[in-house]
Amino acid sequence: MCKILTRDDFKVIYLDNSATTRPYQDVLNAFVTINEQYYANPASIHEKGVEANQLLTRAREQIGEVLHTKGEHIIFTSGGTESNNLAIFGLTEQHQHIGKHIITTAIEHPSVLNPIAKLAEQGYEVTYLAVNKEGQISLKALQQALRKDTVLVSIMHVNNEMGAIQPIQAIARLVKTQSRAFLHVDAIQSFGKLPISFQDGMDVMTVSGHKIHALKGTGILAFANRPLLVPQLLGGGQEHGLRSGTVAVAQNVVLAKAMRIAKREQAMNEMKYRKYQHQLMEVLGCFQDVQMISTKQCAPHIITFSIKELRGEIIINALQKEGVIASTSSACSSKQQTESHVLQALKVDTAYRKGVVRLSLGSLLTDEEIQQACHKIKQVIASLKGE
Amino acid sequence: MVWKEILIRYGELSTKGKNKMDFVRRLRQNIRYSCADLPPLTIRTEHDRMFIAIDSEEMKEELVKRLPHVFGIQSFSPVASCEKDMEQMKMLAKYVLKQYEDTTYTFKVEVKRTDKKFPLQSHAIQREIGGTVLSTYQNLKVQMRKPALELRIEVRLDAVYMMAEVIQGAGGMPIGSNGRSLLMLSGGIDSPVAGYLMMKRGVRIDAIHFFSPPYTSENSLEKVRDLAKELTKFGANVRLHIIPFTEIQLKIKEEVPENISMTTTRRMMMRVADKVREEISALAIVTGESLGQVASQTLDSLTAINAVTTTPILRPLISYDKLEIIDIAERIGTYETSIRPYEDCCTIFTPANPKTKPKLDKVEHFEEKTDYETLINRAVTNREIHVYPEKQKEDKFASLL
Repeated sequence: MCKILTRDDFKVIYLDNSATTRPYQDVLNAFVTINEQYYANPASIHEKGVEANQLLTRAREQIGEVLHTKGEHIIFTSGGTESNNLAIFGLTEQHQHIGKHIITTAIEHPSVLNPIAKLAEQGYEVTYLAVNKEGQISLKALQQALRKDTVLVSIMHVNNEMGAIQPIQAIARLVKTQSRAFLHVDAIQSFGKLPISFQDGMDVMTVSGHKIHALKGTGILAFANRPLLVPQLLGGGQEHGLRSGTVAVAQNVVLAKAMRIAKREQAMNEMKYRKYQHQLMEVLGCFQDVQMISTKQCAPHIITFSIKELRGEIIINALQKEGVIASTSSACSSKQQTESHVLQALKVDTAYRKGVVRLSLGSLLTDEEIQQACHKIKQVIASLKGE
Repeated sequence: MVWKEILIRYGELSTKGKNKMDFVRRLRQNIRYSCADLPPLTIRTEHDRMFIAIDSEEMKEELVKRLPHVFGIQSFSPVASCEKDMEQMKMLAKYVLKQYEDTTYTFKVEVKRTDKKFPLQSHAIQREIGGTVLSTYQNLKVQMRKPALELRIEVRLDAVYMMAEVIQGAGGMPIGSNGRSLLMLSGGIDSPVAGYLMMKRGVRIDAIHFFSPPYTSENSLEKVRDLAKELTKFGANVRLHIIPFTEIQLKIKEEVPENISMTTTRRMMMRVADKVREEISALAIVTGESLGQVASQTLDSLTAINAVTTTPILRPLISYDKLEIIDIAERIGTYETSIRPYEDCCTIFTPANPKTKPKLDKVEHFEEKTDYETLINRAVTNREIHVYPEKQKEDKFASLL
């Protein structure tokens, strides 16, 4: 006999917000309205085009305000990966005269590591900064790595797999005083979760839309000063010639909207996430075989842990049966069988490397849901470990 | 809340004798005007300085952002305040000087004690505060004559006031203290700068723009509107007169030989501008011309163009190099807008080789054939007038952003 599914069966507690978020209803409504009313190409010179361009300019300025830079310094892209690629390839090619040395960390996202690996094949020298158990780089090591010919330093603000926070202000001070390098910060996991803007001193920053309740396929590469890089997409010369392709007005306007909301609610959400993080960590702390990979010093919205001698996939499936959606370390790599480079860099005990689970929080979660989640996680782990 | 007020020092005003009261009043109005969107300001005026009360940290930051654009201010300083208690004063002194902790400065403490009942005498306060500050900030070095940094402390009857930072103002004279002029605003780099320089000397500005649809686009008009808007941030509203110019321009193209059509076009613009000037009772016309920059800006061309009127034509950029003009444009923030690549009415129908030395009698001869007066009157009557900053009209994009 077929089981008849009711509405309640679909009601899940979504704890995979670092993979992606559910778009805000306001975002979706605005997206539809813009497509109905301001669908013209913003590069067109007729009235409709001018109007669409005005709207796009307003979005740009709004993002500029949120990040403490000018609207003109924002390049709209198709998302985090493109932004990171553009920053890395574009800046190194533009500023070749400075040199061919790049500094990054061992725990960056693949959209930073892979472009840099490609540059390494082309003759660039790369220094990978190691991290300690908390996932933090050492400023001293950075200082020693900086050279006269360092052209780019690319360091993420918050790690996507376990939430380690890098001290961007201190990093920026070092990079700015001790080298001519550009500092690129991948703020995809941190924007809206922690305070971050150009006041922190970086040159270039990546933000992605779908991590903050806007749409997939949207993102920006933002600059503190006038953008100067070699474009990687050639065509009609949109975005000051730096990123060709018809600009997606509706997508980008709702990105601006989501960024405004994220900034407005950042402090409130940070407190909320800290509370949830505390509750979840307390539950996880009850089990002997559970090792916390995220620490209390990590970003408040990512809680990564591992269960001894279990496969992450099994835990995820068991949680899902109870209506709790989580993921293994990162959504991007969770389908691949290889071991996460972040766990390797953190020197996590091999017995714990396979059983990694990441819970990631979002602004739509309620106190009630977290309480339920705590309860269910407790049940699931207990039954899996036969405790 | 430690920041209490902002002290404003007048620039050139201090030397202006009898008219001073008028200037001060204008300055006060202009400051209020440039902060019209904030809660009303409380401004107290003294003989040679002015105080604006501040009631929040945001308000201080907002004013520090805006005041450097207002003409007539030489410099200003945020003033902090605390109770008349030595411990609190020490803390406040450290707080006020915090922003200077990174670089080496020569430094002194200056004390004025209006409240003679305060237990410590001026030099004792000076010594105590100086000692605390120097032990906290090792980068400061005492120098009594012309120090780079001066911590001023005033012990008044109600409280203690302190300031250190001196922020440069825009200088010049309050807008409105030198009458009204009409600025010819093309949309290029030069004309907004010319407008800015005249505003700096206290001139209130109306702008006139010649619009030739369909040869010039909505975009070019948008750009001019944005430039007019940008000029308002120097503390005054700007009216923009948009002249429909297509008819006149087509007529000129038809009737006048190509190589002098440019001169005639400019002469017609000047005549239109002069009519508008008269209507708005402005005294002069301002242009962004710079000698020899293009064919229409040679001394011969300027003479031929100028011949249509006896109104004073002010050309503040006449002796400036292009690069100097660009520098100012970048500094005042109009450059980015000016370089948007849309054609204006000066660049359409441009002849390949315009005369750099047009003969006035020849130009006049060709103009005689047409009754331009009627066309000009029509253009002036049909002009559109916009006022900036725009009254907060319903923002159609607000719900989307």
